[in-house]
Amino acid sequence: MENVKDLLLLLVASSLVSNVVLSQFLGLCPFLGVSKKINTAAGMGAAVIFVITLASAVTGVIDQYVLQKLHVEYLETIVFILVIAALVQFVEMFLKKTMPGLYRALGVYLPLITTNCAVLGVALTNVQKEYGILTGIVNGFATAVGFTVAIVILAGIREKLEHNDIPKPFRGMPVVLLTAGLMAIAFCGFSGLL
Amino acid sequence: MNKAGERLYNGLVKENPTFVLTLGMCPTLAVTTSAINGLGMGLTTMAVLAMSNLLISLLRKLIPDRVRIPAFIVVIASFVTAVQLLLEGYLPELNKSLGVYIPLIVVNCIILGRAESYAYSNPPIPSLFDGIGMGLGFTVALTCIGAVREILGAGELFGHRLMPDAYVPIRIFGQAPGAFLVLAALVALQNFVKERRKAAGKSYEKIGSGCSEDCMNCSDTGCKRRFYGESGKGEGKVPQEELEIVNLEEGGE
Repeated sequence: MENVKDLLLLLVASSLVSNVVLSQFLGLCPFLGVSKKINTAAGMGAAVIFVITLASAVTGVIDQYVLQKLHVEYLETIVFILVIAALVQFVEMFLKKTMPGLYRALGVYLPLITTNCAVLGVALTNVQKEYGILTGIVNGFATAVGFTVAIVILAGIREKLEHNDIPKPFRGMPVVLLTAGLMAIAFCGFSGLL
Repeated sequence: MNKAGERLYNGLVKENPTFVLTLGMCPTLAVTTSAINGLGMGLTTMAVLAMSNLLISLLRKLIPDRVRIPAFIVVIASFVTAVQLLLEGYLPELNKSLGVYIPLIVVNCIILGRAESYAYSNPPIPSLFDGIGMGLGFTVALTCIGAVREILGAGELFGHRLMPDAYVPIRIFGQAPGAFLVLAALVALQNFVKERRKAAGKSYEKIGSGCSEDCMNCSDTGCKRRFYGESGKGEGKVPQEELEIVNLEEGGE
C-alpha cells in the first residue's frame, strides 16, 4: 500500500504544489492564449489531460524498452519531440474516425498542443526523475490536471475582468500576467500541503 | 560584413526577441531567478540558435518545403542535445540549476521562428549572424530581467551583495509569482512606449519577425505555422507571408 500512498502524494504534488504553469512556467502559451472563455479553457484543459497522459505513457514505454535497452538515452530529446508530434497527429486522425463526438470537442485544440512545452516537459521530467511507467503516467495526468485547474480559474477571472476599467497600458496581456502572478502567490500556499 | 553587423544590431535592438517580439516567454520567466542563470540560459540558447540557423541555411535547398518543420526540429533537437551534453560535462552546476529547461530549448519559438522566417530563405553567413544577434538580444534581456529579480528578491547581483544591509529583500521576486509581475510591468511599459510612438505618428511595425501582432503566445511563428506547415493547410498563405517578410527586410537595409 506504500506505493498507492506515494502515487497519491505525487498526484497532489504535481497538480497543486508545483503547478505546471504557475510555478514551472511550462505551457504558458496556451495558458495565456486560450483563456478568454471558460468553455474554451475547459476544452483545452481536457485535450491537454488526454494528450499528456497518453504521451507520458508512450514516452515512458519508449524510454524503458527502446532507449535504455539500446543505451542511447542521450537521444531522448530528439525522440520525444518527434514522438509527441507524431502522436498528436495520430490521435487527431484516430479520434476523427472512431469518436467524432470527442473529436469535435477537442479537435481545435489538438494541433496546438504539439508546441505545448508542458508535454515535452513532463516526458523529460519523468525520465530525469527516473519514474517508472506507471508513476510517469500518474505524474503526467496530475500535471495536466494542474494545468486545467489553473487555466479554468484564469479564464473565470478574465471573464469578470472584461467589464473593469483598466489603465490603458495594462490592457490585454499585462493585466492577465498580473492575474497569473496573484494566482501564483495563491498557489504558493499549497506548498504547506506536503 | 556590413550585413553581419546589421543582423547583430537587428537582433540586439531593433527586433529584440524578448522586449520587442515577446517570443520565448517560458524560459524567460522560468530561469531568470538570478542574473547568472539568465546569462547561462541566454548563451546556451544563442549557441543553439546560431548553429541551427547556420545548418538550416546551408541545407535550405535540400530540405523539401513540405517536411521543413520536422526537419528544422530534428536539426534543433540535435544541437540542443549536443549543448546539453557539453554543459553536463563542463558546467555541471549551471546544468543543474537550469534543469529541464535546457532540453526544452527545442520548443523555444525564437529558434523555430528564426529558422522559418530567416535562415530558410537566406544565405549561411547572414543567417549565422542573425542567430548570434538574436541570441545576444535574448541573452541581454534574460540577464537584465534576472538582474532585476535578483536585486529585488535577494539584494544581490551575480551573487555579490549590492543593496545596503538595511534593505529587506522582497523574496517574492525570486520566486515564481515575481516572474509574472516583472513581465507584466515589462509588457505594460512596452505598450506605453508603443502608444506614445503611435501618438507621435511613428509606425510600430514588427518587421521581419514573422509575427503580425503581439507574439505573446507565439501563435504566428510557433503553433500556427507548425500546424499549417505540417498538415498542408494554408500552404499557399505561409510562403506569401515569408516573401513579404524578406522583402521588407531587404528594403530596410
